[in-house]
Amino acid sequence: MAINWNAFWEWANPRKFMWWTDRALPVIAILAAVIFVIGLVWGFFLTPDDYRQGATVKIFYIHVPSAMMAINIWAMMLVASLIWIVRRHHVSALAAKSAAAIGMTMTLIALITGAVWGKPMWGTYWEWDPRLTSFLILLLFYIGYMALWEAIEDPDTAADLTSALCLVGSVFALLSRYAVLFWNQGLHQGASLSLDAEENVADVYWYPALVAIAGFVLLFVALVLLRTRTEIRARRLHALEMRERVKNA
Amino acid sequence: MIRLLWRDITLAFRSGGGFGLGLGFFLILVTLVPFGVGPEGDMLSAIAPGILWVGALLACLLSLDRIFALDFEDGSLDLLTTAPIPLEGVVAVKALAHWITTGLPLVIAAPALGFLLHLESTAYRWMIVTLLIGTPALSFIGSFGAALTVGLKRGGLLMSLLVLPLYIPTLIFGAEVVRRGAGGFLVGTPLAMQAGITLGAVALLPFASAAAIRVALR
Repeated sequence: MAINWNAFWEWANPRKFMWWTDRALPVIAILAAVIFVIGLVWGFFLTPDDYRQGATVKIFYIHVPSAMMAINIWAMMLVASLIWIVRRHHVSALAAKSAAAIGMTMTLIALITGAVWGKPMWGTYWEWDPRLTSFLILLLFYIGYMALWEAIEDPDTAADLTSALCLVGSVFALLSRYAVLFWNQGLHQGASLSLDAEENVADVYWYPALVAIAGFVLLFVALVLLRTRTEIRARRLHALEMRERVKNA
Repeated sequence: MIRLLWRDITLAFRSGGGFGLGLGFFLILVTLVPFGVGPEGDMLSAIAPGILWVGALLACLLSLDRIFALDFEDGSLDLLTTAPIPLEGVVAVKALAHWITTGLPLVIAAPALGFLLHLESTAYRWMIVTLLIGTPALSFIGSFGAALTVGLKRGGLLMSLLVLPLYIPTLIFGAEVVRRGAGGFLVGTPLAMQAGITLGAVALLPFASAAAIRVALR
């Protein structure tokens, strides 16, 4: 079946974007809230305590989804930056800008919940473990990216330069990830949710975790749409103000 | 291109402070460390590779804004974009000039400062080799950061925020080589990784920097 790609890009037209998000946003937001609550209630109250970790295992339902989102949001920003560079859709650049703050928050949540869990389990809030260190580096990348957006006044210049930073930063973030592995041996457990690994987390924890992850994804989509709408409105407002100023001058 | 290289190098030598500044900063940093951690030789020799690498990193950072900012202010960067050589070439040459005036002196000074920090005698060789291989990456990555912030009024602090995370892989492999060299272990893998990062940065980042400068001059 032939897909009409031009029609697909039409959805990124700011006016059309505002039109469909106006209708989709409440649905997504409510869905996010419902699934979020289901996942967390299921995870917190309806699963047994782990035989070694006790009740601390339950931070898993916030820690793992937020850590996954922290990485995936950067990937989404990378895609959005590429779309901005190639097709120059303003909504794409604004979506990348909106996503950065959410991604940084997710990184912080992952780091903080990890520290809270690490104290009773590993006996330390912080260890220079590869995964922990990589997340700290990711946090620095988010901060730099957001700072660059804030520093440049002209929105198109800012979008271009932050996109360049996002592309180069992605390469270096990956490099850092593997360099850090090389640098220190880990304390953090390996991947426990991989589809192909032999040893994974037990099903009783796995299903509520899936729901919690879905909740985090929907929450992110809702937030990024909301923030992008705000950015578009802010820019329209700016344009209106400029027009007024020209008229009055 | 060679003329441009000469121009940048002579400018760095003559225009007061640009050249010696990084070196002086490196010396001061190394002098400050024993005050901070105490004068015990064992402690110092354990942390010497890391201190030297971090010091080189910061000394490099200090002079980065000179790569493009002065030329941007007096308009020579606009002229250079209309020059017969591509802007990517201009950027690469300027990064090279930055390396010759900042990175290379650091490489030469490092053994003397290593002496101050009781660096293990087995580590000197690797310290020089790894700085020689790693500092070009610092200059080229830094030129990208400088290109991103060239149009900004007060870009200096922002530039360090952008550039320092990008320096992490180079730092990790560089310090690892010296640490392994000091202990008499094999250094091939981190050395090769670091060389890879440098070659990749030299080959690819001028394109990114040139793109950023075109945006800034638009």
